[in-house]
Amino acid sequence: MNMNKITPSSDADVLKRAKRREQKKRDIRRFFRVMFSRKIVVVGAAGTLFFVLVAIFAPLIATHDPNYIQNGKNLLDPSAQFLFGTDMYGRDLFSRIVYGTRVSLLTGVLSTLLATLIGTFLGMLAAYLGGVVDMVLMRICEMMRAIPQLVISMTLIAAFGGSMMSMVIILCFGGIWNSLRMMRASALSVMSNDYVLAAKLSGEPMLKILYKHILPNSVSPIIVSASQSVGFTILMESGLSFLGVGIKVPTASWGSIINEARVYLITNPLYALIPCACLAVLIISLNLLGDGIRDALDPTLRGES
Amino acid sequence: MTRYLLNRLGQTILIMILVSFLTFFLVSIMPRDPVYALYGSTIDQEQYEIGYKELNLDKPIIQRYFIWANKALHGDFGISYKYSTPVTKVISDKIGVTLYLSIFSMIISMPIGILLGIITAVKRGKWQDTVLTLLANITASIPSFVIAVVLMWVFVIKLKLLPTSGFTLPWVDFGKSMKQGVLPLVCLSLVGIAGTCRQTRSSMLEAIRQDYVRTARSKGLKEGFIIYKHVMRNGLVPIITLIGGSLGNLIAGSAFIENVFGIPGMGNLLVNSVNNVDIPVMQASVMLTALVVSVAYLVTDFLYVAVDPRISLR
Repeated sequence: MNMNKITPSSDADVLKRAKRREQKKRDIRRFFRVMFSRKIVVVGAAGTLFFVLVAIFAPLIATHDPNYIQNGKNLLDPSAQFLFGTDMYGRDLFSRIVYGTRVSLLTGVLSTLLATLIGTFLGMLAAYLGGVVDMVLMRICEMMRAIPQLVISMTLIAAFGGSMMSMVIILCFGGIWNSLRMMRASALSVMSNDYVLAAKLSGEPMLKILYKHILPNSVSPIIVSASQSVGFTILMESGLSFLGVGIKVPTASWGSIINEARVYLITNPLYALIPCACLAVLIISLNLLGDGIRDALDPTLRGES
Repeated sequence: MTRYLLNRLGQTILIMILVSFLTFFLVSIMPRDPVYALYGSTIDQEQYEIGYKELNLDKPIIQRYFIWANKALHGDFGISYKYSTPVTKVISDKIGVTLYLSIFSMIISMPIGILLGIITAVKRGKWQDTVLTLLANITASIPSFVIAVVLMWVFVIKLKLLPTSGFTLPWVDFGKSMKQGVLPLVCLSLVGIAGTCRQTRSSMLEAIRQDYVRTARSKGLKEGFIIYKHVMRNGLVPIITLIGGSLGNLIAGSAFIENVFGIPGMGNLLVNSVNNVDIPVMQASVMLTALVVSVAYLVTDFLYVAVDPRISLR
């Protein structure tokens, strides 16, 4: 916005900007080419896209209201009317699973996004300010490393309840610390560059230095870890719902459907196995896609973990 | 060396103090009246006042924290709301079960995971690598309770090979314990094997890239000798650090397995305490889990320093 304050826009300037735009386009194209160079990543991307579309168009795809109870029609086998059969209360399983996609993806993506944003900001602060701020944040990180995320999430749910919003915040709380640690390490190495020193000396405000110099140069590991933790967050959410301490019923979550269904594993195995398969396919797809993003952004790690 | 160890020990104690702060304050804001929870909701006003005083609820929260922490240090976590017995007794019955499952499955998964990791690294790019890595990635992605439910369906319901649920410690009835324990242990170990395999692979590949391996190769040493003498010795050291983190994951992850197979362990206890808002049990469970994990981290760090002379001082 204040780029043109010093020199009015000239021909050379326009040319430079066009060149930069060209470079950016080339970078993006290369990113996708490297990302999809392994066939398996394409499979992951397709799987992810499928579930994203299902989540977006859930009202169109679902054949029934997911929470509507059809009296006397519980535990029916799959049929033309009920594609996957009905559940223990007589609700249409297919529609519940379709809507469950929304719950899984929304909580997974939202809480990862929030955790990454907060963790990135705090990590940069810790690296930039050092001293007491750094020490306090690092101690909190160490503390959070000692308590498994499942355990801390359960305790938080007991305190704040299991609505979808509180679930997002609780899962986010568990995820912040990893990205904080990573951002701090990455920001510390960027800070040793001369351009950061120059910016500091020229009196640029802290937030601007963080945003303009430190963030762009350490953003790719953050994107990599965020893309890989979406799957983990979905796993956490469904796991908590499975244990009966997650998102409160009657909201359809895959975890809670599996939890209800496993009692009927003998008589209605599909009731439990279908959501199991959905969950497995979604998380595998997300992780394969995440691997692809990692390969494209961080060539040194290509296919090595 | 000694300074590093002392430093690390102090750090662990500080972490435990912080965890105790967190658990106490977090759990204190929970929507449940401790007096009614402990003495039942039928007590009259006078009894309530007495209970209120007895639980020190008339004192400020900081003071209450210190009273609680002091008692906790002496192994007294209060009385469980649900079982009406001391928390220590409730937990001591269960923690053995969970530790047995976690450590047993670690003993299974570590060697297998490391072996598979070595194979994938040595055969890098060949079909063994492709297949094993893909399998490891997929296994690591599937939630353990999904694996558990599916395996239960296959082995218990379809093939009728194993009993549905229940748990027996091996020194009580060995045969029964093994029969009941197979599926839970397999489920817990599969995830561990996949994780260890992936980590071993990347750590081994890191070691293969080093200069001394190239030197050894250009000297004309046999490949097997190089792998054994140079790559494995250096590549496997970082695996030690995995033990701490994976013990934490195993303890938390066993909550799912205990739930599916009806095993009376810590995970099940924690889920029950969350559902019943059994605050003292929750506090004690979080503290104990954190203690076990921190000690595991501490021990692995010591081992790491002892094994790798390059990082003796920091």
